[in-house]
Amino acid sequence: MTVTTENLGSPDIEALPERDSLIVRCWNLVRRQPLGAAGLLFIAIMTVMAFGAEVLTSINPEEQMFEHMLEAPSWEFLLGTDNFGRDIWTRIIYGARTAMLVGFFAAFFGSVIGLMLGVGSAYFGGKIDLIFQRVMDIFLAFPSIIMALAVVSVLGTGLQNVIIAIMLPMIPQCARVVRSSALSIREIPYVDAARALGYSHGRIILRHMSPNVMAPFLIMFTSFVGQAILAEASLSYLGLGVQEPIPAWGLMLQGGAEEYAESAPWAAVFPGLAITFAVFAFNLFGDAVRDVLDPKLRSR
Amino acid sequence: MAHLLEIENLRTQFFTQQGTVQAVDGISYNVDEGETVAVVGESGCGKSVSALSILRLIPNPPGEIVGGEIRFMGKNLLDMTDQEIRSIRGRDIGMVFQEPMTSLNPVLTIGRQLTETLMHHLGSTQDESMDRARELLRLVGIGDSDRRLAQYPHHLSGGMRQRVMIAMALACEPKLIIADEPTTALDVTIQAQILELMRELTKQMGVALIVITHNLGVVARYADRVNVMYAGKVIESGSAMDIYHRPHHPYTLGLLRSVPRLDQPRGTRLIPIEGQPPDLTRLDGGCAFRPRCTFATEQCAGAIPGLEAVDEGHITACFNKEAVADSLRNTT
Repeated sequence: MTVTTENLGSPDIEALPERDSLIVRCWNLVRRQPLGAAGLLFIAIMTVMAFGAEVLTSINPEEQMFEHMLEAPSWEFLLGTDNFGRDIWTRIIYGARTAMLVGFFAAFFGSVIGLMLGVGSAYFGGKIDLIFQRVMDIFLAFPSIIMALAVVSVLGTGLQNVIIAIMLPMIPQCARVVRSSALSIREIPYVDAARALGYSHGRIILRHMSPNVMAPFLIMFTSFVGQAILAEASLSYLGLGVQEPIPAWGLMLQGGAEEYAESAPWAAVFPGLAITFAVFAFNLFGDAVRDVLDPKLRSR
Repeated sequence: MAHLLEIENLRTQFFTQQGTVQAVDGISYNVDEGETVAVVGESGCGKSVSALSILRLIPNPPGEIVGGEIRFMGKNLLDMTDQEIRSIRGRDIGMVFQEPMTSLNPVLTIGRQLTETLMHHLGSTQDESMDRARELLRLVGIGDSDRRLAQYPHHLSGGMRQRVMIAMALACEPKLIIADEPTTALDVTIQAQILELMRELTKQMGVALIVITHNLGVVARYADRVNVMYAGKVIESGSAMDIYHRPHHPYTLGLLRSVPRLDQPRGTRLIPIEGQPPDLTRLDGGCAFRPRCTFATEQCAGAIPGLEAVDEGHITACFNKEAVADSLRNTT
């Protein structure tokens, strides 16, 4: 803590601690949450893969090199090739882009819509809350993958529809968790104070209450990204998600990979590992976020 | 001249499973421009509910304003649409709450909370409202305003936060401020500062003030007029002098006697008002104070006393008001 000269005249002002440098904060994170830091590292790697796919590999992910079909990992093809002679390393890197795109957008829209509905439900209370919660119950009664399947079969496949299909079941999950936190916030006088200042319902919900439920929201959001990546892989594997020839991890597990699983296991193993690590990383990171944000679990 | 605020026969009820609570049962009073009016009474007598009713902030359900009129600058607030009442709240009528510790949003900076009202109601730009926010903080006696504006509520003490609340209430230069027990949660020394500040600023800016309080010391010093409430009704109303020196209602008298005073010798016993306030779901046809009243007669059980004038601008609701006034003359 450093005391600056400005507050010499008023001794009651406590000096704000100076922010630690980024390196110190990173080191603190590694020390306190080693698993979370590992998760974050993997997420960072995935993000770099997603954004820098063109730089990380010079091979076109859709290029079929028929002279190199089902080749084992080598220096030329780091993780081998599939039955169409496509480079698996390249497709995993480009698949990270698909996974992150679907994972991030589905989780973002699912949790943000859930946040607004949950806080709104708690804010209005009474009959609105009651009806809204029953509607959410109905949505929660469907297993989310079944609901996603239903949505895709109605809307059709494609990246956008996959995002919608994965997002929909997340809304009630997030809304429910957020609502329970928002209910306690509703009773704190600053919400009434905001009403006394003449703010509209929307403004109170979005600008005054929502920032106060950020802790559960962020926890939901990070775990949703992992779930969404898994859901996207499942849908693609079932042929209802992203379509060939777009590189997607779930898609890589299907077709040729299954057929040649014995003779060319690399075609299935590496995309499978990518999915596993991605989901694992987001779960670890989500747990770390929860530990940091939930004061009850802190410093245990 | 028309009054700034006219409350007429206001009735607010809460519909609970135990029955209907008549929290505010037909109160009427006026507030003139620049005037300070105190509403006094013990916990649960309906004083806060009456204040919240003015801005229509009663949670519904279970609460509802079932009758009466609240005219502010000639317009009935109870007839207004949600949109209209929102443009009155915070702009023409400011409110200061009881709990400074929880009345500010913990995740927003002081600056944002102050500027938000200005930008929202007056349409000022970010820069204009920041300038105004600095000025407001100076007005309420908070130095180092640039730094304060960047801070969060938890950086501030209770007294400071109440000053910020006052600054927020004053931000749009309202005509009226309603302060609901503004000093209850503060230290005694801070209480005086806050009250002094409120009086000074309201006088200086010509703002009318309704102070809800159970602290009679506050009333004596700061209020032009006093309404004493009991069981949802105004039972005595008059100038601070009237209420203090010539109370005509046994409840007012009891309140005054139960306050510890520094000028009494040590060890002097306080005279409490015995018993509990009545259950507002089960009021009978008699005076609500009757069970606790030493002056009660048979007449009190049969009818509810109405407010009658005892003096110029001094009204009271008691059948035995002369006896009450006499008793005071005899003891002093």
